[in-house]
Amino acid sequence: MRKLLDAYSPHFADRLALFALLVLVVAALAAPLISPQNPYDLAQLNIADGRLPPGTHAGSDTATGPQHYWLGSDDQGRDMFSAILYGLRISLTVGLSSTLLALAFGLSLGLLAGYFGGWIDTAVMRIADIQLSFPAILIALVLLAVLGQGVGKIITALFAVQWAYYARTARSAALVERNKDYIAAARLLGLSTWRILFRHLLPNCLPPLIVVSALQVASAISLEATLSFLGIGLPITEPSLGLLISTGFQYLMVGDYWISFFPGIALVLLIVSINLVADRLRDVLNPRLQKQ
Amino acid sequence: MTEPLPVLDVSHLSTHFATAKGVVRAVDDVSLRVQSGQILGLVGESGSGKSMTGFSILGLVDPPGKVVAGNVLFKGQNLLTMDPERLRQLRGDRIAMIFQDPMMTLNPVLRIETQMVETLQAHQSISRSLARTRAIEALADVGIPSPAERLSAYPHQFSGGMRQRVAIAIALLNRPDLVIADEPTTALDVTIQGQILALVQRLCRERQTSLIWITHDLSVIAGLADQVAVMYAGRIVESGPVQSVLAAPLHPYTEGLLGAIPALHERGEPLRAIPGATPSLASLPTGCAFADRCPRAFAQCSVPLGETEIAGDAGPRRTRCWLHSPVPAPMPTIQR
Amino acid sequence: MTDSPASASRSSPLVELRHISKLFVRSPDLAARVAQKLGAAVSTETVHAVDDVSLTIARGEIVGLVGESGCGKSTLGRLAVGLYAPTSGQRFWYGEETGGAPGKQTERLAIDELPASERQAIQIRMQMVFQDASASLNPRMRVGAAISEAPLAHGLIKRQDREDWLAQLMRRVGLDPSLAERYPHQFSGGQRARLGIARALAVQPEFIVCDEAVAALDVSIQAQIINLFMQLRADLGLTYLFISHDLGVVRHISDRVVVMYLGRIVEVASAADIFERRHHPYTRALIAELPSLSQRHRVYQPVQGEPPSPIHPPKGCHFHPRCPFARAECITERPALREIAPGHWSACVLEP
Ligand SMILES: Nc1ncnc2c1ncn2[C@@H]1O[C@H](COP(=O)(O)OP(=O)(O)OP(=O)(O)O)[C@@H](O)[C@H]1O
Ligand SMILES: Nc1ncnc2c1ncn2[C@@H]1O[C@H](COP(=O)(O)OP(=O)(O)OP(=O)(O)O)[C@@H](O)[C@H]1O
Ligand SMILES: [Mg+2]
Ligand SMILES: [Mg+2]
Repeated sequence: MRKLLDAYSPHFADRLALFALLVLVVAALAAPLISPQNPYDLAQLNIADGRLPPGTHAGSDTATGPQHYWLGSDDQGRDMFSAILYGLRISLTVGLSSTLLALAFGLSLGLLAGYFGGWIDTAVMRIADIQLSFPAILIALVLLAVLGQGVGKIITALFAVQWAYYARTARSAALVERNKDYIAAARLLGLSTWRILFRHLLPNCLPPLIVVSALQVASAISLEATLSFLGIGLPITEPSLGLLISTGFQYLMVGDYWISFFPGIALVLLIVSINLVADRLRDVLNPRLQKQ
Repeated sequence: MTEPLPVLDVSHLSTHFATAKGVVRAVDDVSLRVQSGQILGLVGESGSGKSMTGFSILGLVDPPGKVVAGNVLFKGQNLLTMDPERLRQLRGDRIAMIFQDPMMTLNPVLRIETQMVETLQAHQSISRSLARTRAIEALADVGIPSPAERLSAYPHQFSGGMRQRVAIAIALLNRPDLVIADEPTTALDVTIQGQILALVQRLCRERQTSLIWITHDLSVIAGLADQVAVMYAGRIVESGPVQSVLAAPLHPYTEGLLGAIPALHERGEPLRAIPGATPSLASLPTGCAFADRCPRAFAQCSVPLGETEIAGDAGPRRTRCWLHSPVPAPMPTIQR
Repeated sequence: MTDSPASASRSSPLVELRHISKLFVRSPDLAARVAQKLGAAVSTETVHAVDDVSLTIARGEIVGLVGESGCGKSTLGRLAVGLYAPTSGQRFWYGEETGGAPGKQTERLAIDELPASERQAIQIRMQMVFQDASASLNPRMRVGAAISEAPLAHGLIKRQDREDWLAQLMRRVGLDPSLAERYPHQFSGGQRARLGIARALAVQPEFIVCDEAVAALDVSIQAQIINLFMQLRADLGLTYLFISHDLGVVRHISDRVVVMYLGRIVEVASAADIFERRHHPYTRALIAELPSLSQRHRVYQPVQGEPPSPIHPPKGCHFHPRCPFARAECITERPALREIAPGHWSACVLEP
């Protein structure tokens, strides 16, 4: 364990980032167990408890009885602490699943394009190029306008935004690897194309993509937050971090900072720690790096 | 008579790899010395640690490998304890290595022009166009035809031997004082090899460059080197002036090696390979590692031994063999 | 095939290359294309790697292939096993034309042109030991798995026999079987070369192109591998195209020797004839350089004259700029390979 940590990074900041990320992930996973309230269950909310400042103890007549609002409450009477935990859950789900889907899809297409070349390559790369020439947020906006709201929908939209990026990275890796003699040897040994693609080409194209995708989780999360902030993507009854920030925004002027502030902190913490950890991952996965 | 300060003085160097199957002793108690302008030939069994010796000298051993003992003095400075940044500066400038695998030098996604110009500009402040001219000259020196056109090609567009020559050209770009050449001519035909050997001979003569030439080609050693060292299973088993070692080897391994050369055989008859297999470097015997395969092994061979110095016609020779140990060791109690 | 200069003395040709050529065209990059559009004279560089070569290899024969670095030996080897589709010419396997429709782009391999079923059946019967051993091993696959992958996939060995089979094969090429769980980067150069040999032998091929297969080995292990090759030939009738720059090794194991110069075959003869009755001036120059153990402190000479370029090959005989015997006709006409003695062919106008 100690050794693993040393291999990861000797620097305090990197270790802190890893620790923060672990805490956030565990908190998100355990949200239903540790949060005082289910912020998505309207029966547990009391509008009379709306916009309470942090630390208020309110004994209202909700189903759960009186409680302490450590981080305050939003305009619907949601406990901010619970809302943040559930929001983290949504952010991570959306970020991870859209990235994994996009990775699997983009990687497969990229490998096929790079390995076979010809019209497959042309077709895949044209589509990817067109898609990458539009800003991601624009594509996501258009897609969500068509698809409507919901977690599944936003995952779809973020998947569509990301895959082209992986396809392009995978293709350029495959183009380099394909020319190497181990692929020639595998062909000569009469191995099936699928085996060559997945047992030989894929493992050698994957490492750069893993780092990219770790970083990409962070950007997917921030994109989701942006979309929610703009009021599309997730329904108002199930606020994610972005939506919480957006709700709180209108009350900032009157001094009710906490509705925006605490979710904002959580979001920044999540994104920064993912970025730092991914950055270390790049070096850890490339032992030959130190040599050059 | 005091010898001048050697350019490279390696003493008791050991490099080990910790693996799941035990400690691999890739380099074990190796001592070498190269004078200015001198050429040392390093030969030995495949997998005996020749390349690893070169990597250890330059501080290029990848983890889990580690230099665990010894000193490496380059013009009096210890490279093993040197600040990594300064060592990096020395490498590619004053000390260069020609890697066995040319793709360790060449980046597959860069044109060789980029790589050569960058190598020059990293250690000298010269203009791009001058660097380009120097690069073209360097390619012509190693016998690459149409060097100006080839400059813009990628490594995979070269033949195996041409890649090797490009790597040689890059290593020699900054005119280093010490070159460690790891099997640099394995893919070259005799004429081109002659061209390369002429080039390095000129460097040694005119610029007093010192050279460690790792190779399996004993005829190149015979024609090129001043001194030769023979490695087996991580250790140097014999070293000395080329003429004495090749004419009258002291160690039975060297003898076996010289006996396996095809030219000494009738066409088509089986070649006399040394019988037996190389011992695993993770479980070497305590005594001589060659004893199992040695036609002249005797009981003494299982006792650990150091190097013995023997006077020779052309200069001192050293070997690691009980046959040539001046002190008769006490009789061992266990029979082999 | 009476007109094939390089035809084997024995019958039953196993592999035959007929008037085969391979050009590499470097497609100009964007900047060059723009310059071209603007009227600048940017030449597309064409490398004539193999230029109209015919070669027949009989079953059980060992053909040595020597020649200057960059003269197209590896390319010819790749053409022979079908890893490159020829720019022109044909390839035959047991007298039947196989794969490699001429003129296809280089990315498509000749073997891809075959139907899948046939591809497997034919392909594994010809193997290649690659010159660059480290590039020919998958860096992310354990070497034991890499060697046994194809035999398992083709059902040549059973999964439960794998361990024993692998240990035996590794020992035959002089490697300790306990190293099977390592990755390629954990081996020395010569050990990797032997892994490449083991992998090629693993599928029990009939024909192997050995591209500098023993160059990275010390003479003792080299002797062991060469003995193994010769024994496999005696036992199983294996056929080899043995590419090497080491003339001592080539003389020892070859039946016939083919000498190439700048993409063309310049001389073919039995191993004895090449070394004792060499004819072509290039062959003479090559063998004159033959290093020997007895020469100490040689003074090496740089190559005389401009080294030839496959991008701008000289007209006529490719060797004429460096040939001490060149005549007027050598500068203009390509000399044909002609039989100067039984089984001894040379592409030179000189009298034998
Ligand atoms: N990462 C590693 N882990 C374990 N053992 C290693 C590792 N790298 C190299 N070795 C072992 O170290 C030994 C020395 O390797 P080295 O490359 O120095 O041999 P060499 O003498 O250059 O051989 P060759 O002539 O074949 O190139 C080899 O037996 C090799 O298997
Ligand atoms: N993929 C490629 N693209 C462009 N040119 C190539 C390619 N492969 C080989 N060549 C060129 O073809 C020529 C012949 O190369 P080849 O590898 O066959 O030489 P070789 O005889 O094997 O040389 P060596 O002994 O140095 O390995 C060289 O000039 C080389 O630059
Ligand atoms: Mg080596
Ligand atoms: Mg080659």
